[in-house]
Amino acid sequence: MAVIKKTSAIKNQPKHLLGIQSLSIKEARDILNEAKSFIKLNRSNSKKLDILRGKTQINLFFEPSTRTQSSFDLAGKRLGADVMTMNIVNSSLKKGETLIDTAMTLNAMHPDIIVIRHQDSGAPNLLSQKVNCAVINAGDGRREHPTQALLDALTIIDRKGKIEGLKIAICGDILHSRVARSNIYLMNMLGAEVNVVAPKTLMPNSIEKLGVKAFTDMKKGLESCDIVMMLRLQNERMQGSFLPSKREYYEYFGLTPEKLKYANKDALLMHPGPMNRGVEIDTKLADNINVSLVKEQVELGVAVRMACLKIYCKK
Amino acid sequence: MKQKYLINAKIIDPSQNMDVMGGLIVDEKGKVKAIGKEVTKANIPSNAEVIDIKKNILIPGIVDMKTFVGEPGYEYKENFRTLSQAALAGGVTSVVSMPNTKPVIDNVSMVDFIIRRGRDKAKINIFPCASLTKNMDGKSMTEFGLLSDKGIVGFTDVIKTVQNTEVMSRIMNYAADVGVLIIQHVEDFELSKNGLINEGEISTRLGLTPNPSIAEKIIIERDLSLLEEYQCRYHINQISSQKSLEVIKKNKSEGKKFTTGVSINNLSLNENDIGDFKTFLKISPPLRSENDRLSLISGIKDGLINVIVSDHKPEDEESKRLPFAKAATGAIGVETLLPLSLELFHNQSLTLKKIIETLTINPSKILKIKKGSLKKGYDADVCVFDLNKPWVVKAEKLKSKSKNTAIEDRKLQGKVLMTFLNGELVFNL
Repeated sequence: MAVIKKTSAIKNQPKHLLGIQSLSIKEARDILNEAKSFIKLNRSNSKKLDILRGKTQINLFFEPSTRTQSSFDLAGKRLGADVMTMNIVNSSLKKGETLIDTAMTLNAMHPDIIVIRHQDSGAPNLLSQKVNCAVINAGDGRREHPTQALLDALTIIDRKGKIEGLKIAICGDILHSRVARSNIYLMNMLGAEVNVVAPKTLMPNSIEKLGVKAFTDMKKGLESCDIVMMLRLQNERMQGSFLPSKREYYEYFGLTPEKLKYANKDALLMHPGPMNRGVEIDTKLADNINVSLVKEQVELGVAVRMACLKIYCKK
Repeated sequence: MKQKYLINAKIIDPSQNMDVMGGLIVDEKGKVKAIGKEVTKANIPSNAEVIDIKKNILIPGIVDMKTFVGEPGYEYKENFRTLSQAALAGGVTSVVSMPNTKPVIDNVSMVDFIIRRGRDKAKINIFPCASLTKNMDGKSMTEFGLLSDKGIVGFTDVIKTVQNTEVMSRIMNYAADVGVLIIQHVEDFELSKNGLINEGEISTRLGLTPNPSIAEKIIIERDLSLLEEYQCRYHINQISSQKSLEVIKKNKSEGKKFTTGVSINNLSLNENDIGDFKTFLKISPPLRSENDRLSLISGIKDGLINVIVSDHKPEDEESKRLPFAKAATGAIGVETLLPLSLELFHNQSLTLKKIIETLTINPSKILKIKKGSLKKGYDADVCVFDLNKPWVVKAEKLKSKSKNTAIEDRKLQGKVLMTFLNGELVFNL
């Protein structure tokens, strides 16, 4: 009897997607497999399903976002959920209401899933402790952006057939990047070798302990890589003097066709967007459909988010 | 008041190098009349009150050199009454109160207020600090002379560091002449800007802006350089890292005179305890690596660190139930200061004598107050504790008005049984 009680208690506990760090390899694979089935659907004429009919999805965005927000919005709608998006710029949080109060208020409306983007690391974790629906992290501070890493993984699998055994370089502002952190965890988990390349001032302390090799030289960092992931140089987070100038940054760390040659011949280029053309990436390179996966990333992002919504809403 | 005989006690009083089985006589005025192995059951006059300590440990009442009272301005977090209850339950009979109240204690009338208020409402000895600079703005020094005359024992900006080197040099120059105690919070605010936790793998994983230990070290180096020119009474409020300790060691070996404190939190916890964004462990200076923690313990052993403080910082739940970056800094601790310090005895990090020394006579000497000792003629402020009694920390059972303990559910060994203030039994478990 007691055992049955226990399992039912666990069943009632919603499962959250707070980061790749707390994800098992099986859970990651399940999401990716589920997402594959949605790629085709999204390319077809009839894109609407009713898997989440009757379910309520709240997108809670405390930070401006274009692609992640629209991607989650579309994903929910394609699965038939009722989607409400709240941009907190216009809400009572500006009037002094705390994150927890907002969480309680929204919780009272019985959502089935909350998607949160927040400028503070750990905010989704805090939210998840206070609501009784599933929480999906759509980016918190500089900590994690799990769905971005998952869509990057799906994009790589779609083009290269696998991740295991690949060598991936992540280049740019690692210090401020949640995308970098989530990708380091996920690519490592799926069997890739990961290099990070950044100037010293944009490299976080003890980054090697996350299971990567750190380089300050693009030539060495890109050597024999199959994938080159560029990161946005996050101007809005630049407090203080991290770099002498954008010009110098581009000279040494901006990805140009010449620098891409350091990597493998068939190396592909990725970028989470939005891009700063001429700062971290050469504009022609960014548009070269033979090497750039940027459009696929956006496209597959919807499929990955549909998979996440389906899986976590169910749980 | 009748004479009191506290007998059958294991007395440990580092101020007189005493560690014996014996007793203590309190005279009619609440002062120590006699102490030692000569005080036994045998020679008690019939009109005296006798209290059997039952072989438990008897020490001078604890002097906590860093507490936040909450009055004025933050009475909803703590007040003199609740602080007193928490302190006495922890064997603390004297506290140094911090001036970062609202308004800041930086002028004579505020000092009058705090002393009167403390006298009327507190059931413990309050030794107030005033701020080092007016309104703690780091720009102009407070009236060291006038404030000292009113009863201020030390000057500190508590959580702020005087960043301007010129201002700091003038403060130390002036203080050297007036003879007041300068208590510095050591942190370079440019280097620690927005910093939340120790710099390292954990700050990288949690995505929290780091507060590197170099920020602490560089201010210690600066101030100790200034100390060479201006020999004032200088106390480093709290250190947290091995790097700081190395600087202190070097300067001590050069013969410089200054003292150093450490929070019990930095001795008992490390950055790993922060886990999944536990805001109750957001403290200043931040918890650092296990290696740093161990070096702080050896710093006490070697006499490089003189004082253990609670760094008692009550914060209401609302200000802690926020994302880590926005949550308030600090933890309560006055009630658990001794029991948590005893953990360092039980795990064989420190001797009992050393622990008690850092909690009683050392702070009293630094502050130049007649406390922390049970020599004949001193106030009979006494703490009696059971060294081995096991208990579990539960926030709701702690007496502080705020419940932000950093050691919820910690299993401790050692509990305060009785506390005496001026010979009166004011806490009895």
